[in-house]
Amino acid sequence: MEKDDSERKGGGILGDSLGSLRKSLTPRIREFRFSLFLFRKSLLAIVGLAIVILIVMIAIFAPVLAPPGKDPMQIPRDYDQPKPPGAEGHLLGTGFLGGDIYYGIVWGSRTSIEISLFVVITATIVGLVLGAVSGYYGGKIDELLMRITDIFLSVPSLILCMAVVSVLTRSLENIMLALTIVWWPPYARLVRGQVLSVRESTYVEAARAVGAKRSRILFRHIVPNSLSPIIVNMTMDIGVVVLVAAGLSYIGFGAPAGTAEWGKMVSDGQQFFLSEIPYPYPNGPSYNPWWMVTFPGLMIFIYVMGFNLLGDGLRDILDPRLRR
Amino acid sequence: MLLIPVLLGVSIVVFSLTRIAGNPIAAYVTERMTPQQIAVIEERFHLSEPVYVQYFYWLDGLVHGDWGYSQTAHLPVTEAIAAYFPATFELTLVSLLIAIVLGIALGTVSAVRRDTPVDHATRVMALSGVSLPIFWLGLMLQYIFAFQLKWVPLEGRFDVYLGLAQPKLTQYTGFRLIDTLLNGNLVLFGDAVTHIILPAITLSFGTIAIISRIMRSSMLEVLNQDYVRTARSKGLPERLVTRKHARRNALIPTTTVIGLSFGGLLGGAVLTESIFNWPGLGRWSATATITNDFASILGFTLLSAFIYVLVNLAVDVLYAYLDPRVRLE
Repeated sequence: MEKDDSERKGGGILGDSLGSLRKSLTPRIREFRFSLFLFRKSLLAIVGLAIVILIVMIAIFAPVLAPPGKDPMQIPRDYDQPKPPGAEGHLLGTGFLGGDIYYGIVWGSRTSIEISLFVVITATIVGLVLGAVSGYYGGKIDELLMRITDIFLSVPSLILCMAVVSVLTRSLENIMLALTIVWWPPYARLVRGQVLSVRESTYVEAARAVGAKRSRILFRHIVPNSLSPIIVNMTMDIGVVVLVAAGLSYIGFGAPAGTAEWGKMVSDGQQFFLSEIPYPYPNGPSYNPWWMVTFPGLMIFIYVMGFNLLGDGLRDILDPRLRR
Repeated sequence: MLLIPVLLGVSIVVFSLTRIAGNPIAAYVTERMTPQQIAVIEERFHLSEPVYVQYFYWLDGLVHGDWGYSQTAHLPVTEAIAAYFPATFELTLVSLLIAIVLGIALGTVSAVRRDTPVDHATRVMALSGVSLPIFWLGLMLQYIFAFQLKWVPLEGRFDVYLGLAQPKLTQYTGFRLIDTLLNGNLVLFGDAVTHIILPAITLSFGTIAIISRIMRSSMLEVLNQDYVRTARSKGLPERLVTRKHARRNALIPTTTVIGLSFGGLLGGAVLTESIFNWPGLGRWSATATITNDFASILGFTLLSAFIYVLVNLAVDVLYAYLDPRVRLE
């Protein structure tokens, strides 16, 4: 079974002739169908995928869902008192300086996807290279790299991010930079562990026996076969990154007020949260403006939950031990 | 003994951060200073030396308690830490306690009643627990239970006016919950409990999720072991099998996770304390970040690393106690 699995993900089809290509593809297609079958059986994974697709759709069709002004990432404001959901064409009400909550929710999905993809992909690439080198070559390089990851892992991620961002200027780009600095060590650890276990397998020995170069063995045989836990981790981290980024944004780093970013919207709404405002202003009935904090926070929750569910489901499918 | 090298490494990272922030002399120089005066300052703070020499001076200061001056607290950083530490430690400990008790209980139940509604509910709760933004959860709890229902106070660690009418409290430990009890003052104790309950729940929520998840999976693994079957076939009641045979061994991986989750608690404390205006390290550092008070933030970073490393060292010791195989080696 394991051999089968490794062949499926192993790679090496480019140089083959057409006939053997078909032959080598057949088990792959069978395995892929089996994966699809497993995926369809898992309700939670389907829900996760649905949420992820929904959010990606919102991000893609943002210009249609909420027509932008000059700067699309800036929430349009009417500089009026906050209005409750449904008032004057504001589906989810308005918040800080009359910013439209619905607009912020829609365009905020782009911000979240941008941040999380950048951080997770960069961290994975860095972790992949360092972890693979560390696991495969071992010795002093391994020792040095792992001690460095120890250092980074010994500071809680949010706090290390705070420290890094605090010495830089305040912007979303710097939050992304700080998150990347914090995020690569777990990947390096994970990849190293995978490489250590794959390194001793027989097909790697076979590749070595036919005289393949070290780098070829490492990046052509070992890394592809170590990928599945990394993919699971990446999927879940796409959610978690947004969670930490929103936390930083809530404390007061990151985007300036009025940017379509969910964490910032929560902190902008917080100042009104425990007050009463009249609508229509100034003689209408009083409202407690719960909507400013609730909707953006709910979006963060749904986003993170979606990727967590999807990652959980993917793990059940990709892990050969849980597979059958 | 990894403690020392790791902490030295963290100090190097933090020191590099202080240099990225810009030329440190900028904080001491005004426009009207003559070059001679600037040179004196440079001399005094060793700023004319090479960077690695500066690092050793800085490290020397750290070891001797010179962590800089916190503009946020108007105190030296070390004194600020001493002042804010008990509040954070109390909050974190109470949260950790809640998380351990609930997490282990939920995880055990979930594993024993696998694939029942209880199990599904626990798993969904665990997933949402790791997906909830902690600051949002805190705001929602504050809104529902403090603002609308008025069951508990909105924020703070204790009621100042209530304290005025009561006999003066003697400080023994700095922990409000313990000090009020030691003074025999139940009114103030109740006040402290109602104040800590919302922040503690907020902070513990994510950790409950993490602990119950790992507890469930390690329980499931242990329940399939031969010795559990043996215990059952001996005719032991199921309750005893679960408690004495399965759970104790399932606790071993859980302990590691509890140690690792401590870092999350420290980070969460920053957000929780800001929401509930809890006078601890987290709120202090959050305020410091907004006012660009580097000394405080970096001090807090160093302290967090120190606590985190210490906690995980303690977990290793505990591990040896829980797992006889580790003890023998």
